[in-house]
Amino acid sequence: MTPSLHLWLIAVLPLIGAAINGLLGRRFSRQTVAAIALGFCGATFVWVLFVAARFSSLEIPHVEIVAPWIRSGGFLVNFEMYLDQLTLVMALVVTGVGFLIHIYSIGYMWEEGGFYRFFSYLNLFMFFMLTLVLAGNYLQMFIGWEGVGLASYLLIGFWFTKDAAAAAGKKAFIVNRIGDFGFLIALFLMIKHFGSLDFLQVFGRVESGLEQGTVSVGLLTTIGILLMVGAAGKSAQIPLYVWLPDAMEGPTPVSALIHAATMVTAGVYMVARSHLIFNHAPDALTVVAVVGTLTALYAATIGIAQTDIKKVLAYSTISQLGYMFMACGVAAYSAGIFHLMTHAFFKGLLFLAAGSVIHAVGGNQDMRSMGGLKHYIPVTFWTMTAGTLAIAGIPPLAGFFSKDEILWQAYQSNGAYWFLGVVTAFLTAFYMFRLWYMTFFGEYRGGAAGPGHDDRHGHGAPHESPNLMLVPLIILAVLSVVGGWIGIQGVFEHFLAPVFNGGKALAEATPEAAGHGTEFLLMALSVTAAGLGWYLAHVLYYRRPELPARIAVALGEFYQAVVHKYYVDEIYAALFVRPLVDGSTRILWHGVDQGVIDAAVNDSAQGARHVSDAARHMQSGNLRSYAGWVAAGGAVVIAYMIWMGVR
Amino acid sequence: MVPLSYYLVLSGILFACGVIGFLIKRNIITIFMSIELMLNGVNLSFVAFAAHWQRLSGQIFVFFVMVVAAAEAAVGLGIIIAVFRTRETLNVDQVNLLKL
Repeated sequence: MTPSLHLWLIAVLPLIGAAINGLLGRRFSRQTVAAIALGFCGATFVWVLFVAARFSSLEIPHVEIVAPWIRSGGFLVNFEMYLDQLTLVMALVVTGVGFLIHIYSIGYMWEEGGFYRFFSYLNLFMFFMLTLVLAGNYLQMFIGWEGVGLASYLLIGFWFTKDAAAAAGKKAFIVNRIGDFGFLIALFLMIKHFGSLDFLQVFGRVESGLEQGTVSVGLLTTIGILLMVGAAGKSAQIPLYVWLPDAMEGPTPVSALIHAATMVTAGVYMVARSHLIFNHAPDALTVVAVVGTLTALYAATIGIAQTDIKKVLAYSTISQLGYMFMACGVAAYSAGIFHLMTHAFFKGLLFLAAGSVIHAVGGNQDMRSMGGLKHYIPVTFWTMTAGTLAIAGIPPLAGFFSKDEILWQAYQSNGAYWFLGVVTAFLTAFYMFRLWYMTFFGEYRGGAAGPGHDDRHGHGAPHESPNLMLVPLIILAVLSVVGGWIGIQGVFEHFLAPVFNGGKALAEATPEAAGHGTEFLLMALSVTAAGLGWYLAHVLYYRRPELPARIAVALGEFYQAVVHKYYVDEIYAALFVRPLVDGSTRILWHGVDQGVIDAAVNDSAQGARHVSDAARHMQSGNLRSYAGWVAAGGAVVIAYMIWMGVR
Repeated sequence: MVPLSYYLVLSGILFACGVIGFLIKRNIITIFMSIELMLNGVNLSFVAFAAHWQRLSGQIFVFFVMVVAAAEAAVGLGIIIAVFRTRETLNVDQVNLLKL
């Protein structure tokens, strides 16, 4: 019996911070609010580090049951904390990156109203995310799942007086609801067929059920695809990705924490956690791989034509999440989690750096009016360079190792995935260096102080951000550089192997199959693709910046389609939103609500009025007429009794 | 011996007279007397039944009713005098200050 590590503290500490700041924060000074938020977030990070230090002495998986929650017949759900290698990686990423982003947020949000509200939400998000990650059963995971959706909604709509932000919050919430619906049905199927939601029990019953023939592959495929629907909602995959670009209306640290580093990777985590189900359902795995690959490519093409710096990063996030699903889809879960981790570093960094850029130019997000910022904000420039190189997959930075691992695994499964992945790598390098060149090189196109911007403070020339924002940037930049090195020689994969080796024994068996020669060739090809992307961006946006406009004109309609994100929002509006609104207006509102419900209420009121109109003449106020009614009533009673017989 | 039904019919007639008087008269003293009439109509049926069934409880009840009626008469007449002093009328339709 391993000693209790009080894992519940990891999740509950940020909740305490959220409660204190949320309930009392209005009266606190900004320093106090920041200290509370940072203190609880930091404490939970320290606790995770403590757990990590004790990790090797633990019996894995280490389950701590906090309290029974639902007990109904043979069905039992506990509040429990589940710790294995996968959980540890996720918890370290969430608390580590989360802590850095908390620090950054203090600098970024200092001038904003609702300071305490922001940090209360941020801590609340940490609580739910850690609940999700540390859950020992699907239901507790679902609480965290819904909770991070709530926190995301609150934070996207943080500037709720702005229409676009409020609408984006709602959009994120509603689109996520579609995915959650799929997740929920998968949970119902598990309860029906496995009688449990506990990870260990469900996976055990999948295995034993398959042996005894009580569980069919069809059932597992259904559950797998429904789980993927949930994951597609949360992790912004086709066809439910539409909310993530809009979510950029939220404050930039939120985009970094929730919509790049942690929450959107919950879907990948969930698929990896459910790998035992997916491994027995090859069709569901194919769905995951195809959706991931297509999303990666598709979002990358949109990213090319965006001009809003955060939108580029948003589509880039969708694309990178696609990579992770591609990895999960070819049963290379540890590669997916590896990319999840490095992505958390470099995408968190890129968003924070973008926030620093936006801060520098006074709230403007349009890259067309940036440029030449290299000299104004050198620290941001260098950290962003590290992030850009990392995401583009230039060795030896983090993104290179994880992306290469995914592409290598994809190649072994199906060459088509690999090819599309390499094309995506090329596009990724292109749009990221496009962003880099447009933002930092050439001439500054923003003009001097722009009173027209939605400015937060008086503004002159672009200026560097405070140290509070730069330190997290530098730490993340270092992590983006070195974070991939733990993947060398498959160290990371071996660490995660106990979790995933219930599936295929990838680490041992497969590398020999194709040989190291092929692996190095593929590696060279993907680096070449990234290099080409860089070169193309260099030509188009640095050496001959007049070219892109001419290409855009030459491409005409196609270019317009890409700029408008392939009109997907419009198509969804025409296919789903408008029929729903029309149907609700005509049938549900005018028909059911006004015609039936309102009419029932109004007509019963009218009826009561007519009856009482007649009856009120009895209430004359004349005492003797009342006595007369009493006498008449008494006479009626007596007559009735005589008529019926007194007994 | 007079049959029970005679007493009961007389009792019913007395009670009905009381009710009608209570309903149609306006003078408060007449109304008061009508109430007494109703009470005595009931008393009559009590004693008639008591005699018929050879039980004393009906008679005893009548004593109670008489006592209460006496008390009521004392209180009621007191109220009537008080009303007459302030309103200078015995017409109940004019004693309507509490009406809307």
